[in-house]
Amino acid sequence: MSNYEATGVLTLEDLKDRLPPKERLEKGPVAIIECIQKIPCDPCAHVCRFGAIKKPSLVEPPEVDYDKCTGCGECVAVCPGLAIFVVNLKYREEEALVTIPYELLPIPEKGEIFEALDREGKPVGKARVVSVRRMKDKTTVVTIAVKKDLAMVVRNIGRKIE
Amino acid sequence: MDLRIWKHPILEFKRDKRVHIYLEDKEIDAYEGETIAAALYASGIKIYSKSVKYHRPRGFFCGIGKCSSCLMRVNGIPHVRTCVTLVKDGMRIEYEKGRGDPPITTEIEVEEEKLDTDLVVVGGGPAGLSAAIAAANLGVDVYLVDENPRAGGQLIKQTHKFFGSKNNYAGVRGVEIAKILLRELKKSNVKWVLNASVIGYYENKRPVLAIAQENRKLIEVTTRNVIVATGAQENMLPFPNNDLPGVYGAGGVQTLMNVYGVKPGNDALIVGAGNVGLIVGYQLIQAGVNVKMVVEAMPKIGGYLVHASKLRRLGVPILTRHTISAAKGKDYVEGAVIVELDENWQPVEGTEQEVDVDLICLAVGLTPSSELLFQAGCEKAYIPELGGPVAIHNEDLETTIDGMYLAGDVSGIEEASTAMMEGRIAGANVAIEFGKERSRAEKLREESFKHLNALRKSPFSERVLKGKERVWKMWRELK
Repeated sequence: MSNYEATGVLTLEDLKDRLPPKERLEKGPVAIIECIQKIPCDPCAHVCRFGAIKKPSLVEPPEVDYDKCTGCGECVAVCPGLAIFVVNLKYREEEALVTIPYELLPIPEKGEIFEALDREGKPVGKARVVSVRRMKDKTTVVTIAVKKDLAMVVRNIGRKIE
Repeated sequence: MDLRIWKHPILEFKRDKRVHIYLEDKEIDAYEGETIAAALYASGIKIYSKSVKYHRPRGFFCGIGKCSSCLMRVNGIPHVRTCVTLVKDGMRIEYEKGRGDPPITTEIEVEEEKLDTDLVVVGGGPAGLSAAIAAANLGVDVYLVDENPRAGGQLIKQTHKFFGSKNNYAGVRGVEIAKILLRELKKSNVKWVLNASVIGYYENKRPVLAIAQENRKLIEVTTRNVIVATGAQENMLPFPNNDLPGVYGAGGVQTLMNVYGVKPGNDALIVGAGNVGLIVGYQLIQAGVNVKMVVEAMPKIGGYLVHASKLRRLGVPILTRHTISAAKGKDYVEGAVIVELDENWQPVEGTEQEVDVDLICLAVGLTPSSELLFQAGCEKAYIPELGGPVAIHNEDLETTIDGMYLAGDVSGIEEASTAMMEGRIAGANVAIEFGKERSRAEKLREESFKHLNALRKSPFSERVLKGKERVWKMWRELK
């Protein structure tokens, strides 16, 4: 385990028992839940139409049945901790899609290019906005295309480049 | 200068009617619904008073009427809390001189009103609103009092979605939870009064509360039960220049930017990485403020990892084992000095760093606002796990005075979701005492306990629970 309680940043090592297996990731869109602490919360489990997300109790971290998950992204929009993402490795040969929750202005628009940021907010490449969903509760769910090897690295967008 | 926020990702600020107020002789634009302090701040005025002895500038601090940083003379009346007093067209505001002169006018008309009710709920935050709604829906006559111009407590400034379960509005933003509760309040038979402070409790065969509404009305309510849900106040931290305008409590910053839509500064330092500090950091970014960093004296981040990760993804560093050692500036914050701490909490020599900020936001814990409970004569205890001075109470939130209950942060610093459950339990208990809808009241009490206990199963609740168990035991020993 990394020292995430001091840094506020999870590493893939911290998440390794919770991530979908490699074969599932390669099959297409799937939810990546970066929530490992025991906090009383359950909207993700209630919103999932496929029964893919289970909370053993109100405070246990969510468990995902990756065979049931379709990567629809409903959970991305409801998670109060903004801790759920969808990763789609099947998008293109060179690119993967990452779906992130976004609550800042300006609201990104399709086709715009932003800096792609990692879990520490560091720019690691470019992100092209592929789709934008405005939810009723003002959360924006943004899907960005990034280089395939950045799919498990990029978790935010920063400055608009073009 | 206009520091108002006109575009926000989550919030909309209603600014329908423009009015004018006067600071000394200077005309200032304001909008109906703004407090004096917010309107002054929006026009760039950040000093509201001077300290009596050393004439040091004072800004606001808490923004919710609990400290005395923003006292000014308004329409000839001294010591008006400008952070909870709404602007009115033509209002004359003056700086106080020294300790403040008595009013020169005798033309202030004071109304009086006497009321009789079953239950007075003091405080209209998540606990108070839940208590009032629960009791009223169970046939109790309820009178709700709140000092602020708007009910909803701290919920009205929370842009984030709440954790919890369906029963406590999980996944709904705090501002929206406030709207839901206020809709329920309006549907119920609760009578309520805003801008009104309870100034005393006494007994005249039955409990009586004296309430002052602004400077114009004195209300005397005779009641049977009281539920005190007065919340908490923010803690101060000792460091040189901590009294400079620009050093604000996290809640004060939230009030300014999220209730009144005024940008509190350009570059911020957050002190404290508990949930409050992490949340306010994120909210500052939503309001367009550059958050330079969060410092935390503990070796670990105290708040939820997901809140910390939100900030980190935006590039905000969180420095654990660091604290603020001084604020810089003459009339206003122009910078801060931070320093690393060693294992004994001592500053490590040579690690001082200057940070270029004009806003220092303190999120270093809260203290229960127990004054009314103590004045009424409740037995008290100092319980660090609960935030300090609390009235001794049992699981059912009864104090040591018969018929007097408490709920929410005043019973121990916790969360809005637990506050709502406590409010329902206290409200249901009053209804059970009352006997009108006994079985429904008992059912609500039981369900609310179930939800409350589920919320407290998290390791983050361990400390609070330890404090609660201590205080419950004290109650049993006293009773």
